[in-house]
Amino acid sequence: MSEIKTGGQIIWESLMNEGVEVVFGLPGGAILPTYDDLAKYEYPIHHVLVTHEQGASHMADGYARATGRVGVCIATSGPGATNLITGLATAYMDSVPIMAFTGQVPTSLLGRDGFQEADVQGISLPVTKHNYLITDIRDLPAAIKEAFYIARTGRPGPVLIDVAKDVQQDSMPFTYPETINLPGYNPNLNAPDPAAVSRAARLINEAERPLIISGQGVSIAHAEAELRQLAEKTNIPVATSLLGIGTFPGNHALSISWGGMHGEAYTNFAIQECDVMLAVGARLDDRLTGAFETFAPKAKIIHIDIDPAEMGKNITIDTPVVGDALLALRAMLPQVEPNEHPAWLEQIAEWKSETGHRDILTQETDELVAPYIMRSLWHATDEGDATIVTDVGQHQMWEAQYYYHTKTRSLLTSGGLGTMGYGLPAAIGAQMGKPDEEVWVVAGDGGFQMTMVELSTIMQERLPIKIAIINNGFLGMVRQWQDVFYNKRHAGTPLFNPDFVKLAEAYGIHGRAVTSQAEAYEAIKEAQAHDGPFLLDFQVEEFTNVYPMVAPGKSNADMIRRPAPAMPQGGEE
Amino acid sequence: MNGNGTKRHTMIAWMEDKPGVLNRVASLFRRRNFNIESLAVGHSETPGISRMTFVVNGTDRVMRQVQTQLFKLIEVTRVEDVSGQDAISRELALIRVKADSETRSEVMQIVDIFRARIVHVDMDSVIIQVVGKENQVDSLIQLLSNFGILEMTRTGRVAMVRGAGVAVDTAVSANGNQ
Repeated sequence: MSEIKTGGQIIWESLMNEGVEVVFGLPGGAILPTYDDLAKYEYPIHHVLVTHEQGASHMADGYARATGRVGVCIATSGPGATNLITGLATAYMDSVPIMAFTGQVPTSLLGRDGFQEADVQGISLPVTKHNYLITDIRDLPAAIKEAFYIARTGRPGPVLIDVAKDVQQDSMPFTYPETINLPGYNPNLNAPDPAAVSRAARLINEAERPLIISGQGVSIAHAEAELRQLAEKTNIPVATSLLGIGTFPGNHALSISWGGMHGEAYTNFAIQECDVMLAVGARLDDRLTGAFETFAPKAKIIHIDIDPAEMGKNITIDTPVVGDALLALRAMLPQVEPNEHPAWLEQIAEWKSETGHRDILTQETDELVAPYIMRSLWHATDEGDATIVTDVGQHQMWEAQYYYHTKTRSLLTSGGLGTMGYGLPAAIGAQMGKPDEEVWVVAGDGGFQMTMVELSTIMQERLPIKIAIINNGFLGMVRQWQDVFYNKRHAGTPLFNPDFVKLAEAYGIHGRAVTSQAEAYEAIKEAQAHDGPFLLDFQVEEFTNVYPMVAPGKSNADMIRRPAPAMPQGGEE
Repeated sequence: MNGNGTKRHTMIAWMEDKPGVLNRVASLFRRRNFNIESLAVGHSETPGISRMTFVVNGTDRVMRQVQTQLFKLIEVTRVEDVSGQDAISRELALIRVKADSETRSEVMQIVDIFRARIVHVDMDSVIIQVVGKENQVDSLIQLLSNFGILEMTRTGRVAMVRGAGVAVDTAVSANGNQ
């Protein structure tokens, strides 16, 4: 027997049915009935009050990336909903399953430019996998059921449900639906075409210089173990995409780091020279490939992806394998033969050694630079036993270069949209999802200030998040582009910063400024030892830039390298 | 084949008849930068399913993107490129042409030749309905322009494959959907 429930009650009961434990949100007029029902239910789901709705969507994203579960955020109509959009677009680009609920003006006001009315379905349409506007309570239960299913299946993504205020207040007999009727949506859960798998295996077996690119699809499909088995059986070196970092242990003998615009030189050389590439769950975007037509020019490319639209979207593929990465790799494993590739691995080792000689950490310098901080952080976190959430910019690239991720889902970063301000709120979501995990935010001084209002959320939830600000007084990556492409004219990039330690103090968060290399490791240990959140303001050398660097539209082989040690500083740049 | 490797393709998409679905399709075409020349949509033989015929210009890569990206829309149930198939394609146009007692009979002759119909007559104009292939409609319009076209509306191409059904290998159907 179905009980009579209000729209708001239906939302919460549906979330409970979906196993949701936490939502991130901020109330307002058009979502008030739903919030009121949360109070009436005595908060069966923990509600994290955010300071700004952008934080809510990033928190849901961080929660989802850290745990693999659907993250949920909630906001009111109009500005509340539009503030979510950056987080939805971020999640859409990086295939992150999140659900957004937004209040909408009552149906009687819809289309009449009511107070705080915005066309949220229209605005969110291009940045969601799907969305709904609910103007009749009878459509609400099925929409929620469908939305969760769509968000987490196939290629995951954000889904938004916009609920008119009177629908939240209306009531009807409710049972959560058990079945879904989506005739146009059958995510490909079946094993991929066996013929394609066999072709792929044959290519791998015949390869002399094979290479694997492991993308985030590997962690979404829970295929890390199978990928490793395949690499170890065939002795194929594994590079990752930026989002694929952690899908293959960064300290594994076959790991060759990650490739692309700021990938290590030896990794990019290997990508350009390989004769067979197996790309798994990576969408081969321009930051990885460089100029599309120059990418891996000698390689026959096998592309495993669950999204058929990714096949040949950017790069011409020799053997497309459409399907779930786990099923594809499982099918491929018995068909690939053990192999050695000694000459190829030796060539890569040579490139790696040459790259190492140019490494900034092997240069004599007392300056406090981010690579040193990232490597210190790696040591201090038992060599990879932490979740690092970065913001976007130079620090993000240094983190990816110098922190070896050995665990899957241990680097959360906005790769596709490149959303500055992502780090702090996403870390809050990650910590909410993994309360026992050591969670670090690594952010630049620019991006940190975009969402630092969520420091209050850290204190409100008593989260022990550690924050490392890589503070160089610039919008560093933008400044770097000005250095390289705009004749060092620093238009709009120098920053006027607050005292970050005092700022943290204002929120009740302990902090410390770090100005020298000598104290970096010890400062990290102090932050770790502190019971609660801690902010480290690393005041780094201002003008250090990230290398190697592939200029946009150039080939990966055409890198601006770090200077070789024999050369005078800056000799090659 | 046009210049730079692009071709005109006729595609048919079937989709659930739900509010906003046309907006989703239009938004996708726009943001993926697909070059749509015409688009016609209406009911199909299945209640609740609309059928859209559209003509798109692009390379093979773009065609594959049009099909697969369109099919990712949740409400889209099937997408098919019928360009290479034996398909019947037609367009309907209504054309109001200047025609008085002096020119009316000449207009009627042309209408006859094109197997079009005059569906309305005024003292100084007629409304002509024509159904045919796009180039036939184009030719008729060109001829009628000599008399003075006052008003015109064209539906865009609709298409249907001859024979029992559609070639499966060109259809993106519910398998492999994202």
